[in-house]
Amino acid sequence: MINPGRAIGPQYGFGLYLHWPYCQHICPYCDFNVYAAKDRTTEPLFDAMLADLAAQASQLKGRAPLSSVYFGGGTPSLMSPSQIAQFIDACTAALGLSERCEITLEANPNDIRLDRAKNWKEAGINRISLGVQSLDDRALAFLGRDHTAAQGLQAVETVAHIFERYSVDLIYARPDQSLAAWREELTSLLSLKPPHLSLYELTIAPKTAFGKAAQRGTLIPLDEEAQADLYELTEDLTAQAGLPAYEISNYARSKADQSRHNLTYWRSGDWLGIGPGAHGRLSLDGVRLSTEGRARPQEYITAVQNASHPWQTETALTAEETAAEILTMGLRVKTGIEQDRVNAFLPRPIDKARLESLQTEGWLSLQEGRLCLTPSGRLLADRIALELLR
Amino acid sequence: MTHILPLFQTSEAGYILSMSTPIEHIRNFSIIAHIDHGKSTLADRLIQHCGGLTDREMSDQVLDNMDIEKERGITIKAQTVRLAYTAKDGITYTLNLMDTPGHVDFSYEVSRCLAACEGSLLVVDASQGVEAQTLANVYQAIDQEHEIVPVLNKVDLPAADIDRVAEQIEEVIGLDASGAVLTSAKTGLGIEDVLEAIVKQLPPPAEGDASAPLKVSLVDAYYDPYLGVVVIVRVVDGILKKKQKIRMMKTGSTYDIDHVGVFGPKPVHVETLGPGEVGFLVASIKDVADCSVGDTITEERRPCAGPLPGYKDVQPVVFCGLFPMDASDFDDLRASMGKLKLNDASFSWEMETSAALGMGFRCGFLGLLHLEIIQERLSREFDLDLIATAPSVVYELTMTDGTEIELHNPSDMPDVVKVAEIREPWIEATIFTPDEYLGGVLKLCQDRRGIQTELTYVGKRAMMKYELPLNEVVFDFYDRLKSISKGYASFDYELVGHRPENLVKMSILVNDEPVDALAMLVHRDRAESRGRQMCERLKDLIPRQMFKIPVQAAIGAKVIARETISAMRKDVTAKCYGGDATRKRKLLDKQKAGKKRMRQFGKVDIPQEAFVAALRMDGV
Repeated sequence: MINPGRAIGPQYGFGLYLHWPYCQHICPYCDFNVYAAKDRTTEPLFDAMLADLAAQASQLKGRAPLSSVYFGGGTPSLMSPSQIAQFIDACTAALGLSERCEITLEANPNDIRLDRAKNWKEAGINRISLGVQSLDDRALAFLGRDHTAAQGLQAVETVAHIFERYSVDLIYARPDQSLAAWREELTSLLSLKPPHLSLYELTIAPKTAFGKAAQRGTLIPLDEEAQADLYELTEDLTAQAGLPAYEISNYARSKADQSRHNLTYWRSGDWLGIGPGAHGRLSLDGVRLSTEGRARPQEYITAVQNASHPWQTETALTAEETAAEILTMGLRVKTGIEQDRVNAFLPRPIDKARLESLQTEGWLSLQEGRLCLTPSGRLLADRIALELLR
Repeated sequence: MTHILPLFQTSEAGYILSMSTPIEHIRNFSIIAHIDHGKSTLADRLIQHCGGLTDREMSDQVLDNMDIEKERGITIKAQTVRLAYTAKDGITYTLNLMDTPGHVDFSYEVSRCLAACEGSLLVVDASQGVEAQTLANVYQAIDQEHEIVPVLNKVDLPAADIDRVAEQIEEVIGLDASGAVLTSAKTGLGIEDVLEAIVKQLPPPAEGDASAPLKVSLVDAYYDPYLGVVVIVRVVDGILKKKQKIRMMKTGSTYDIDHVGVFGPKPVHVETLGPGEVGFLVASIKDVADCSVGDTITEERRPCAGPLPGYKDVQPVVFCGLFPMDASDFDDLRASMGKLKLNDASFSWEMETSAALGMGFRCGFLGLLHLEIIQERLSREFDLDLIATAPSVVYELTMTDGTEIELHNPSDMPDVVKVAEIREPWIEATIFTPDEYLGGVLKLCQDRRGIQTELTYVGKRAMMKYELPLNEVVFDFYDRLKSISKGYASFDYELVGHRPENLVKMSILVNDEPVDALAMLVHRDRAESRGRQMCERLKDLIPRQMFKIPVQAAIGAKVIARETISAMRKDVTAKCYGGDATRKRKLLDKQKAGKKRMRQFGKVDIPQEAFVAALRMDGV
């Protein structure tokens, strides 16, 4: 048994997430905190983020430096290279960057140009996450993307030319998508030999355009059976191509290619959230704080400028909530999650009999004290977490 | 009658009560009508005409106090109102209107009311004609030797066909309709004619003896939160007055009268109630159960020689389990049922524990409408979330050792080898329908094991009588009948006794575990199709789990139907990063709460809603 103070904290990763909430246009499946960019000036928001960073960092004196920084959104590739550089410098000044600090920028294919990519690299970016989403023009139109498959492939090539570490996103399990079509699409992406892939099944969130279409019955999501078949095919194809899954939806060529920043989330490390609607987690004396920035950019900006108003909410998670997070996030990783870390926050440890029956049924294995899902267990990860916690 | 009484008023401006009406100037009457034929509206008009309420105080359907009564347009509990009417002959008469429920479930209330009157108004909608319920109630009135005045209501409607309906009354009921009063309760047309017909055509009460020992019939009783139990009475002999010490002849209990009064329709104190008069008394009675309806009340000091003939006891005919959705509401449910019972002595229950639904009650009702109303009142007035199991009937079992058992709950069915015979209750149903729906109605009755005993036509309406097992009627017969006939058919029934049938207990097994709440008694010939329906339904209702689940219907050890719920294949969030951790955790909390609302059978979680939905037989 370990004490709660050691079960969470920056030793499991210490990251910083910046949320850039603007997009050229809003994709119909996206349920993130995003706003149309229009022609608005981004200076006030950027300044507010710098102030937010300084304020939050002042509370965290004496910590080891950041192991990762992630520019997410929204579309952070809409930030100017100088803004990116300025922010990275601010991170260095406020918290310090570890020697191998991973600094990722999410980018859309149509924002990728060779000169810009070089500028980003000069600014300090060392990893790109590229939202290709599909290699089928009809699918891209359906997903509301404003680029073609050819542009996507071109962007991959450009990024690969400048960056050693990068990832490509695809969305699959689209309505009517067949196994054969997905096989073809994924195979052609794998032939580019990317070091990292994020492959997501299309998720229909209620408040999105897709969610409303599904409610009206004009969009019919793929059924559970077909989704499961596609997922299994995905695991097979990536493994054959030498990019086995290391998380439910993430695939990497080697350990070094895995996303250190995202692993911080899955391993329940600490991270700061900077920007409108950004979430953070900070561990202090065995208590986990959940922070969330004000969602609307203008409110966020005003609150930061007028420092007497809180621009983010701060909630201490209960022990059971902490355990639930450690488990649900941790089960997603192939190497699993230390059982002791979960039990450290539970009034009664995970039920032995339940654990054993999940093992005999082939959903779960216990490896050196870590709860690991089997390949079939991965498809039921959420359900198994629920079983373990009830 | 659940109204919260306003404080008593001793006099009403513009409304003077006749305190001691000579018996020949009293008319006690009730109104018989089918739902929607305008009984309550007519009653409202009569009250208004006699000045019982000012226009401002008139609300629609004054006598239907309960929200449910107003909403559904039905009368559940009997009501009584005293009216003072100065007739064309110059005499002021005292009219006592006993408003009766129209529905078959409450026919015991009807019979009580009728017994307290000498005459009835038979109200028939001039556009609709005679309906099944009208028939049942009018026969009761004829049995009580009532004078009956036919009233054709809604004569102002374009669809009114006065001659045809009058002819129908003569043909179907056998009443002379030549003197029928034509009214429109809605517009007020003919109201005075109705009042004149009451005083001219209906007889006064039989001569009573005011100086004889007190003899009072207990018509009804209800609980009032301020006054305690209010007893509705009709005086036969003697004088009922304040401070009298009375004795209930059946229970032997004695009380001191605090007040006597009448409803006008608001409660008003009076000094005395004499022979033939109808009113109420309040006597610090704590529990409605102490007032046995039909009992005779007499004076402790000078009792009468013997009691009046009583009413027949009411027996519940339909049973169902009521369980709180949330187990922690059990005590609330118990307390709420106790409060309801104060007003409804016909509602009975015993504790029941179900593996599926937890702790609850097996409740007895007078019929399906009664069941529905009690359920609705519990959820509405007491804010309880309830699960009701499928209604079942009372089976009579003769065991091989000769003992007799009444079975109220199919899951209590003893081992078949010990049962010599099972008898189920049968009813005789009377159904009226426009002839274009006759085919569908006949098929429905046949499908429910019905035996036709009569089929006649009155104009374009068919009247049929069927003998049917009550078991086949309690599920959804009425709903089906309404939908087949587009709402035009009417239905009434009476129990005709228990008959031996080839009945079997069908169990439902989920993942090889029997689910008690789903067990039912069915006719052998219908077992297979019912079993198949249940399994198919459960297959859709039970969410997929991590393993596949067989759902079976079985008679004893023999499986008669089977379905399989396939295993869940995928339950995982595709995209899960920093911002999703909170969302994910909240979802998990919701799922955990959802699990608490499920019942575990072996390894299988079954949502409570699934039980309710599985037992709902609509559309079958």
